[in-house]
Amino acid sequence: MNKNMIITGLIIFVLAVLSPFWFNIITTIEAAPKPELLGNAKEEKKCVLEKYDMRANHPSLLDEWRDSVVRDSDRQYKAANGHTFEMSLSTGKNSCLGCHEDKAKFCDSCHTYASVDPYCWECHTNPKEIK
Amino acid sequence: MMEKSRRSFLRVAGIAAIGLGVSPAMNFASSDSNGAAVAVKGKNEQALIAKRWGMVIDTSKLNKEINEKMIEACHKAHNVPDFNHEVDKGKYPKTRPVNHKQEIKWIWEEHFPYAFPDKEDEFLAEKFHDLPFLVTCNHCKNAPCVQACPTKATFKREDGIVIMDFHRCIGCRFCMAACPYGSRSFNFRDPRPFIAETNPDFPTRSKGVVEKCNLCAERLSKGELPHCVEASEGAIVVGDLENPESEVRVILKEQYAIRRNEALGTEPSVYYIM
Repeated sequence: MNKNMIITGLIIFVLAVLSPFWFNIITTIEAAPKPELLGNAKEEKKCVLEKYDMRANHPSLLDEWRDSVVRDSDRQYKAANGHTFEMSLSTGKNSCLGCHEDKAKFCDSCHTYASVDPYCWECHTNPKEIK
Repeated sequence: MMEKSRRSFLRVAGIAAIGLGVSPAMNFASSDSNGAAVAVKGKNEQALIAKRWGMVIDTSKLNKEINEKMIEACHKAHNVPDFNHEVDKGKYPKTRPVNHKQEIKWIWEEHFPYAFPDKEDEFLAEKFHDLPFLVTCNHCKNAPCVQACPTKATFKREDGIVIMDFHRCIGCRFCMAACPYGSRSFNFRDPRPFIAETNPDFPTRSKGVVEKCNLCAERLSKGELPHCVEASEGAIVVGDLENPESEVRVILKEQYAIRRNEALGTEPSVYYIM
């Protein structure tokens, strides 16, 4: 009798402990959305860093840019690939949003998926959103 | 069987030590020679550069009309909120009523006794009684706000501009207490509902940060003069205070000018020709 109780207890325990896995098997997992390249960005085919580097390191790049612009008043970034960019998130044609025109499909889709909530847009403005 | 003598051990150790010492130099030399392209940051070619930016305001050219023009140009361009602006209830439904003491300003009018409290005089020249002076951040050489800031959000740039990194401001307001000129304003609330027309070329601020004049650093970097100078019809001149040939120095050589509260030793960079 004791033996049966212990075994059923163990089974229940294992099932409960592995519940996240069961949950994932039942529900379908959405693949991470790919940032869509639209408008200028689609035609230009050149970015500040290489694609994978950009995906992994864009937050630290932006951090570096901000310090450079605000502290050293250096606003031009001549990238390793030879192209020159304006170190700005949203002002001018040569800034991030100047090329990646659709913020919702370029920034927000991934950020929402990854559940990160950068507070860039509390101050910086998306020129498209200003009527 | 190999016997290690003290002598041979020391010899090997010595060679190894030299090797260790040389290797960083070798690495440096080799990385330099096959030089993978490196990103370079720099200034715009047109950028206006100075050793120490300063401003001369000719008070004889100031009047209400020009002052208002300058203030509007500055505040509009920098997305400074105007709490008299009627809030769009559709867009911002939960806006609390305004407390007008929480005004935000970068450049504003001030009467003589408030602008120059140390120069109070019973027999002050009559024209100064009603003249609205124009005051802004003095970009002090010896700025107390920079010393007060605990996060280095406010700092002095190499070219003398006292500027803020809004990202870093924690809203402690030590700088506001430190500034003897009242040049700083605090965002007690989200400023966006009170910006009539948002200028996409400059960010807004968020609730909880301090703000002030930045001498249009964003314009100087593009080779343009500050908004107030452009709107001033010649009343304001900016230039390099460290360059004896600059326009501001030439003016200061010829005309008597005062600064606000000089006795405090903050060394303001804004001069007023009386």
